[in-house]
Amino acid sequence: MALAYLKNVATLELRAEKCTGCGMCATVCPHGVFRIAAGKAEIADRDACMECGACQMNCPAAAVSVRAGVGCAYAILYSRLKGRSTPSCGPEDGCCGADTGGGSGCCS
Amino acid sequence: MSGKKDHGMAPRWGCGFAHTAAGDVPLVSTRLERRDRLDAWKWRWGVGRMQAAIAPGLYGVGDPDPRSPVLVTANYKLTFDRLRRELDGLSAWILVLDTRGINVWCAAGKGTFGTEELLARLQATALDRVVSHRRLVVPQLGASGVAAHEVARRSPFRVVYGPVLAAGIREFIASGYRATPAMRRVDFPLRERLALAPVELRQALKWLFWILLALLLSDIVRGRGLSPGFLAAGLPFAAAIVAGTVLVPALLPWIPGRSLAWKGWLGAAALAAGWLLVAAVPLAAGLAYLLLLPPIASFLALNFTGSTTYTSLSGVLKETRIALPLLGASFLAGLILIVVRMIGA
Repeated sequence: MALAYLKNVATLELRAEKCTGCGMCATVCPHGVFRIAAGKAEIADRDACMECGACQMNCPAAAVSVRAGVGCAYAILYSRLKGRSTPSCGPEDGCCGADTGGGSGCCS
Repeated sequence: MSGKKDHGMAPRWGCGFAHTAAGDVPLVSTRLERRDRLDAWKWRWGVGRMQAAIAPGLYGVGDPDPRSPVLVTANYKLTFDRLRRELDGLSAWILVLDTRGINVWCAAGKGTFGTEELLARLQATALDRVVSHRRLVVPQLGASGVAAHEVARRSPFRVVYGPVLAAGIREFIASGYRATPAMRRVDFPLRERLALAPVELRQALKWLFWILLALLLSDIVRGRGLSPGFLAAGLPFAAAIVAGTVLVPALLPWIPGRSLAWKGWLGAAALAAGWLLVAAVPLAAGLAYLLLLPPIASFLALNFTGSTTYTSLSGVLKETRIALPLLGASFLAGLILIVVRMIGA
């Protein structure tokens, strides 16, 4: 049974006019969000996007944009407590891998 | 012989060296020992987490030569172990990036498993002198941190994205560095959801301490003195914690709804309602439990978003914004109800 997350929240954008159809976005996406049709990428399943940012990072034409980040409530709450604007994980953020713990199982 | 180049340190699970044009590179075993498995178990339960990092640099398995593939990975020991275990009978180089003991995907999101670190590590290991080809197999989940076109532009190497899971690496190499569509997809099977339960449970158990303390204090305030009764009163709360950290993750695909907070609330509310009916708990007390217990499980399930493989930042922000005030209000109402009943009695 496939797990589906909230609808209509993903910030993923694809600017077709910039796309060269190299297919890198479809290669790196872990949720099959893209498909390549007629030499261009298109978004086949936007709601499956988890905003990991791999497509944006690997698009040589800068045709893909997404607000990449960690979908982790702990990181969001922690960053809010610390007055930071973007939630992130890592020892420097007092989360994953830090001596103090890391509140999420992702951290292990 | 080498000394100069930043090749991996000879570790306890090492088995000799490969002699290369850029110095000696430690070879590692593809068989995990009991101690490696024990390490994995200890880390899951949070014993000695900081030793989870291994020395970054270049390692080898089998009998690697200049034509052997280069597999890039993180310096989280469990990740490294999972990879080398899959390489039995193969000869390959393993380029370990310094991700500060964090797995590939999380480190890529953070950027420590990233283009800069990869380029620096290529330099430090003089990889271009170790191998004659120019192909780097980077795990697909590293793509959030590595820009393949940047690596191609700034180094002689080019990135080929390998399968999501180390388990697919053998087939990937054998099929000429081609991944099947299934190798490219992330799922979240029961086994993985449960593997995280110990960490989640351990994190949540410190809450139980505070709940028990509150129950003990309320016993004392009510003049019941010190009796083990407060432990029994803590059981439903312990159950809510187990529901939020173990039960809801285990039953994730089958609990209706998409929001994790909702799934947690629903799961715990159903459990609590069943228990209240079977135990014939009086209405007012039952209502207090229904206000207090589901928010606990709901909050824990919301926190599980960090462990899932499919929740987005935007989605979790939305969930957090909607769920937290509701959960807080419910919990507060439950507490008020209890205090009112205590005063009434």
